[in-house]
Amino acid sequence: MKPIQIFQNFGIIPLLAAFLAFAPTLAQLGVLTEFHINLLTYGMVFGLAGLAFNILLGYGGLLSFGHAAYFAVGAYTVATLYRYLRIENLEVLIAAAILTSLVVSAFFGLVATRFTRIFFAIMSLALTQIVWATTLKIYWFTGGSDGIRVPHMALLGIEFQKTMARPEYLSSVFYYYTLGVFIAAVLLVWLILHSPFGRTLQATRDNEVRAEFIGIPVRRYRWIAFTISGTFTGLAGALFAVLNGHVTPEISNWIFSGNIVFLTLLGGFRTFDGPLIGAILFIFIRQYAMGYTIYWELVLGAILITMVLIFSRGIMGTLYQYLGIAPGMTSLKTPSIAIKANIPTRSLKKGG
Amino acid sequence: MIDPSIFLLSLFNGLLYASVLFLLSSGLNLIYGVMRIINLAHGNLFAFGAYICVWLLITYGLQSLPMPAWYVLPPLVGGAVAAGIAMVVEPTLLRPVYKRPEEFQLLVTFGVMLVLADLLLLIFGGIPIAAREPYFVMGFIDLGVANYPIYNFVIIGLGLGVAIFLWFLTYRTRFGTMLRATSLDQSMAQAMGVNVRRLMTLTFVLGSFIAGMAGAYLAIKDTATLTLGVETLVLAFIVMVTGGLGSMKGAFVGALVVGYLRVLVTLLYPEAELMLLWLVTAGILLARPQGLFGGR
Repeated sequence: MKPIQIFQNFGIIPLLAAFLAFAPTLAQLGVLTEFHINLLTYGMVFGLAGLAFNILLGYGGLLSFGHAAYFAVGAYTVATLYRYLRIENLEVLIAAAILTSLVVSAFFGLVATRFTRIFFAIMSLALTQIVWATTLKIYWFTGGSDGIRVPHMALLGIEFQKTMARPEYLSSVFYYYTLGVFIAAVLLVWLILHSPFGRTLQATRDNEVRAEFIGIPVRRYRWIAFTISGTFTGLAGALFAVLNGHVTPEISNWIFSGNIVFLTLLGGFRTFDGPLIGAILFIFIRQYAMGYTIYWELVLGAILITMVLIFSRGIMGTLYQYLGIAPGMTSLKTPSIAIKANIPTRSLKKGG
Repeated sequence: MIDPSIFLLSLFNGLLYASVLFLLSSGLNLIYGVMRIINLAHGNLFAFGAYICVWLLITYGLQSLPMPAWYVLPPLVGGAVAAGIAMVVEPTLLRPVYKRPEEFQLLVTFGVMLVLADLLLLIFGGIPIAAREPYFVMGFIDLGVANYPIYNFVIIGLGLGVAIFLWFLTYRTRFGTMLRATSLDQSMAQAMGVNVRRLMTLTFVLGSFIAGMAGAYLAIKDTATLTLGVETLVLAFIVMVTGGLGSMKGAFVGALVVGYLRVLVTLLYPEAELMLLWLVTAGILLARPQGLFGGR
């Protein structure tokens, strides 16, 4: 494959992976600092969450304000399994987190995918608030608003936690471990979205009615997409628990979902790799905005409004539009009239 | 056998809570009904009203204003400030996205929410403020088991008053007819000569005014805190969804249902309060996606 073809197929992902792989070396050379490495790890974790979220938004046309729920389920699975069963093997913990977030998102998905558009957004929000209220209220199990501390864990059966201090662990072995999981997950999602399943999902996004007419069981496709999306978000949550060292109920609140929505839009939701770039940028913007001002939400809000109003393709979307290519996505059409017609009207009618 | 005074207390508490919920959700509902936008910044307008009112009472009100004016002027100013913000936000930020998919509209209001939340922090600082003299001055009724504050009846009355006002406005005035026409079919209303653009601004401003005023009245009773915005928004959602998006009757009945449900759960099993509210919301949406009174 020629370089240009790789670019047309995979977008910026190979470049990104190469950069992430060499980042620790760059840190040793003094180009980047250890702090940057830490931020990049956060960027990868949030990138995974954004990628998973974008399966629904970019490919399925469903805006979820509830991905904090699955993120939190993954993170809390790791935290509680460590707290009560003293499991320190991260592979086991990740497998468990994938399982629990799969179950929860499959169940919530059954409820949420009965709706589309604004109802879907509110429904997913309601569901994440249930998770939030639960983690807050059953404090005897989840630690309530104090959360649960998560130490660093054994990776691939090697007990690094006994030989390494936490900062060293995070900037070396855990970084590469996260990178490995990140690349594997991105490839897996890429394969899923480029399978007939992914194409069909995009058909349901572009025209729900037509998709139904040609025999696609739209709701089932949405449900499966929802479950996949929630499961990968749970995986990101599991990595987050170890990286952050502490899980609190805030990560299950819908405001936290807003972060995932934001970074996906920043990178470009109508592209495959947008959320990955968006996540790294988001982490850096947030960090530096927080360093300069306590009003960083104002900065985020202003960027979000600006983006939606005049820059809704996001960074990668704008780049690919300029280059005239669309890696990893079929059409760039806007939703059709047929979907818009589904909005319930006549609500202020007398007696209505 | 349940103690009659506890029964009375729960009855009033349910009414109080229902009134609060109605005040929160009616503005949101009005805006959705006419404009088809769910304003995520609604709770922040509520918080703005609350802060302005408490700040006015602390800085000027308690000494210089005569007592009855405490209950009228600061809340009205709170509402006016919220309306003022709405008057700036609607033409500049919302108007450009009316023709775009609903998701974009939701995202813009989410951005406005983030900005407004931090503006509040910027202006008033992070410390909760309170001015509760007007609340205590009104005194209490002795209910046997507890003293019930008379100010709570002001809130209940306000909820009822706003409900009657909105009903009258929607069904008995020319403006209301135009509102309903726009809600039914925007382009047809426009063809009939309704200035839809101005109508939408007015609706947004009116909904925001109700939010700001409600925030002010509740702040006198409690405290103005920064998390007020998000907390109240989420409650308003529950009511909206339960009653039916855009339906005034739905907001009214939904507020009563959720209000009394909450009182009941708090009496029986307090830990489950939040969880149960959201479970009921999810349950109602499953059984009736359009809500109890939503049209389809």
